[in-house]
Amino acid sequence: MTANLKTGPDEYAAPTTIEETVKLLADGDGRILAGGTDLMIQTREGRTPYRKKLVNVRRVEDMHGVSRDGNTIRIGALTTMTDILNNTFLKEMAPVLCQTADQFASGQIRNAATIGGNLCNASPAGDTIPPLLVLDAEVELRSWDGASVTCRNVPLKDFFTAPGKTVIQDNELLTSICLEIPEQRSHARFLKSGPRPALEISIVSMAMNAINDAGTLFHVRLALGAVAPTPVRAYKTEKFLELKTITPDLIDEAVDILMEEIDPIDDVRATAWYRRHLASVYLRRLLGDDG
Amino acid sequence: MTVDVDIEFGLNGRKVQASVPADMNALTMLRDVFGMTGSKLACGEGECGACTVLVDGVSLNACLMYAADCDGRDILTVEGLRTEDVLADIQQAFVDHGAIQCGFCTPGMIIQAKYLVDNNPKLSPDDLKRGLEGNVCRCTGYKKIFDAISDVAKVEA
Repeated sequence: MTANLKTGPDEYAAPTTIEETVKLLADGDGRILAGGTDLMIQTREGRTPYRKKLVNVRRVEDMHGVSRDGNTIRIGALTTMTDILNNTFLKEMAPVLCQTADQFASGQIRNAATIGGNLCNASPAGDTIPPLLVLDAEVELRSWDGASVTCRNVPLKDFFTAPGKTVIQDNELLTSICLEIPEQRSHARFLKSGPRPALEISIVSMAMNAINDAGTLFHVRLALGAVAPTPVRAYKTEKFLELKTITPDLIDEAVDILMEEIDPIDDVRATAWYRRHLASVYLRRLLGDDG
Repeated sequence: MTVDVDIEFGLNGRKVQASVPADMNALTMLRDVFGMTGSKLACGEGECGACTVLVDGVSLNACLMYAADCDGRDILTVEGLRTEDVLADIQQAFVDHGAIQCGFCTPGMIIQAKYLVDNNPKLSPDDLKRGLEGNVCRCTGYKKIFDAISDVAKVEA
């Protein structure tokens, strides 16, 4: 565990503002350090190589915390899982995020790990991703254009491209996550599975958000983790459920559609067969059929 | 060539300085640079909690923290708990309850216990179990550890 002199960064910086940070990243040769809980392991294993500069963004004050801007909730990329778990505004407005943070890793890791890091790590099983997908979240990516800081917004559903890969460019910094305040009548839930509740990489995770008006579903959003190379929205199943009344037959049909829509793999944590089985059980649970 | 980073931080109440490789983790620094070998390296990936330290009062896995990121912060390891020759209450409770067998998990367990007790004056048994999710003990079966912490935390069932 001593430092590897061949692969470590040549430069280190700990900027305190977004402008300073994107200037440092402008040449595309910086690796961002936030909570460090993934980066430390991945650099040691060689999965994520260091670049010339290691840019520790943890001291950038503007990237911490949760705020409200009109009808938008903005979550700073450096907000930790513990911050989200204890945030009273989120508890009221988007409780599914607090519920998800509560199931994230362990106390020590929740104290370090950031929501932006969980997105940028782009694991197909990343815990915060399915709930943010069903809340129609967007990410703000900032960069330096030579004269000023520019920003582009990317819907989270278009953010992930492959395991560990996103549309983020080497000169860009994910500064915050934005979502509209969910409609009061809507209800979102998150389920994940593993052999024990703590410190698990999900075998399957699923989030759903919908308005249930006397048994009829509106505005259905369904997202899954660990059933495809990236976290995915289940668009066909969503479309099928939209404006339908929940009945036992409808649930059976929805499960059939979901089974066609997902494409899980066999790996060390579970077989594809078991992942399909869990996904079907979870959809039944989220649709209120626990049998 | 990995750059060295000059840092200054509080270690168990004392101001210290170091020049550390940018990719070194805080646990390696604490053990190899400062000789604070209480914090242990077991899994090295945040699963076991043997390296748990308090950073600005918050419990973190030192094995996943960059040493350079200690700059300007206050770190407490198990070595910083006792005063003179008197053990801290939480340490004494572990001794009294025999909540130790091989002892390898104990420093991290005690630091995490301190974090839980300091941050929640009314720990429920469930809070306690959840709070120790990130600390693995392979000897005692946890019962004596829970008993020891409950003594100090005045856990109400």
